[in-house]
Amino acid sequence: MTKKQMTGTLKGVLFYAGAVALCVPPLFVFVWMILTGLKTGVQNISYPPEFFFVPTLENFRAVFQQYNFFRYLINSLVIATLATGISLALGLPAAYSIAKYRQNKIGIIILIARMTPFVSYLLPWYIIFRYLKLIDTFTALTITHLIITMPMVIWLMVSFFESVPTELEDAAMIDGCSRWQSFRIIVLPLVRNGIATSAIMSFIFSWNQFLFSLILSGPKTKTVPVAVYNFISYGKIDWAGIGAAATLIVLPVSVFAFFVRKSIVQGLTMGALKD
Amino acid sequence: MERALRAVSRFVDRRQSLVFPAPAVAVLFLIVVLPIAFNLYLTFNKWTIGLGEPRFIGLDNFVELFTDERVWNGTKVMIYFSGASLALELALGLAIALYFNRSFKGSELVQAIYIIPFAATPVAVALIWRIMLNPEIGVINYLLTSVGLPPSLWVSSERMVIPSLVMVDVWKWTPMITLIVLAGLKSLPADPYEAARMDGASPLQIFWYITLPMIRPVLIAALMLRSLDNLKEFDMIYTITQGGPGIASETLYLYSYTVGFNFFKAGYGSALMVVVFLIVLVFNVVMNRLRHDSPAL
Repeated sequence: MTKKQMTGTLKGVLFYAGAVALCVPPLFVFVWMILTGLKTGVQNISYPPEFFFVPTLENFRAVFQQYNFFRYLINSLVIATLATGISLALGLPAAYSIAKYRQNKIGIIILIARMTPFVSYLLPWYIIFRYLKLIDTFTALTITHLIITMPMVIWLMVSFFESVPTELEDAAMIDGCSRWQSFRIIVLPLVRNGIATSAIMSFIFSWNQFLFSLILSGPKTKTVPVAVYNFISYGKIDWAGIGAAATLIVLPVSVFAFFVRKSIVQGLTMGALKD
Repeated sequence: MERALRAVSRFVDRRQSLVFPAPAVAVLFLIVVLPIAFNLYLTFNKWTIGLGEPRFIGLDNFVELFTDERVWNGTKVMIYFSGASLALELALGLAIALYFNRSFKGSELVQAIYIIPFAATPVAVALIWRIMLNPEIGVINYLLTSVGLPPSLWVSSERMVIPSLVMVDVWKWTPMITLIVLAGLKSLPADPYEAARMDGASPLQIFWYITLPMIRPVLIAALMLRSLDNLKEFDMIYTITQGGPGIASETLYLYSYTVGFNFFKAGYGSALMVVVFLIVLVFNVVMNRLRHDSPAL
């Protein structure tokens, strides 16, 4: 082998070693999560930890039957869908206008919304919702999730709208379209990638939201992050239950993210790589 | 009816810049601006939620900040946790982005697996980490001891708790930095690289004198985006340690939550939240400056 070939092989080996090093940490945590859900309570606290065992679906059955997890999954789904839908309905025209008319003052509100600690919203909202007897309602949770999803949708969509050429719109106007028609018929289809991206990001962040739901939800509206957290109670930790519940929460959103990862990458970079 | 519709349409045509953003701005005003204003009002008051009325006390809440041991502790913990995790995420994120920037067979799949933690629900994966980091029966200590390394107390020890939390944060969020930096690397112009190679520059020189200065604005943008969440990290710390052992991992933000929702001291809690906001603001303003300055060469 020549020297050049040898360095080539060495480089190849190093590259694949790098690939393995990058894949092990995420996969290990995921596999361990699933294994925890498939072990009995006793197996989970045995030492050394068991890697090979007869899996049981008992924890998943318990999570659904005793802890009513299906309900919480539906709650999370409803709230994330509502928050995303409303954010898009109100955010799309706003983002379009900010991009087109360079309304930077509105942009500043968005920026402040993103910088303010969530607890700063939570305290006033908790007081108001308590007063209005709206704690543990979908209204309260959707409103607070909007605090996160709406600025996110507008933030992302401004970049997408900025890339739409104005000539197309001018042509539509000349052909007799109203502003609203040209927005709906010409502009929106051009940014459908962006709409998908911001809907996905908004959904994921609402699904994963913990703090607002921790304080404002109750037995009726509990979302999945709070439900899994509740497996720690009175100093006792139900590890098998956590494993099963965490798997049920994380797996759908991760599989979803896997298939739409191109959109996620776009969403992240669009949001970051602008002034 | 039709006439009314046409009138509306004409109004929209003339006032698009007003009509289009109005609903969103109204809602943002209601759900974002008003609560912040209420929060600011509370900072000048003493009020225990559920007990009586807010009582105006001027700047006393802010004075109390300076005498509160837990504020100093929280600030130190915040600087330690955020400084370490942001620095590591940025360095690792850049290194891994450089790695992915060369295409190789299977790179797509490796990338897809590598970014899994990004979308994973923070509370759920934090609980799994809590299980894995258990000092007595956790799998991480088992793996360490089985290859002859010493076990650690991880989040149960005051000394190790912040490094452990930094590790989890790095695991979860480095992929995000990587993706942003990678997109930046892919958009760099090719000419400077060709010129440098012609002049016989070494790979290290190319990285230091060409890649780094050109990618700097992107790095800072990624850092800013990440800092928005990192300086206000709640879910992961609350789930794994609740600020413990003792108050060894209680960041200022976590403390503000405790004051508000465990002690129900609305006024003092609000003052703490304003401080957290100011820290986030100052950090981002400084970084924004750095981003727009021309790189010092």
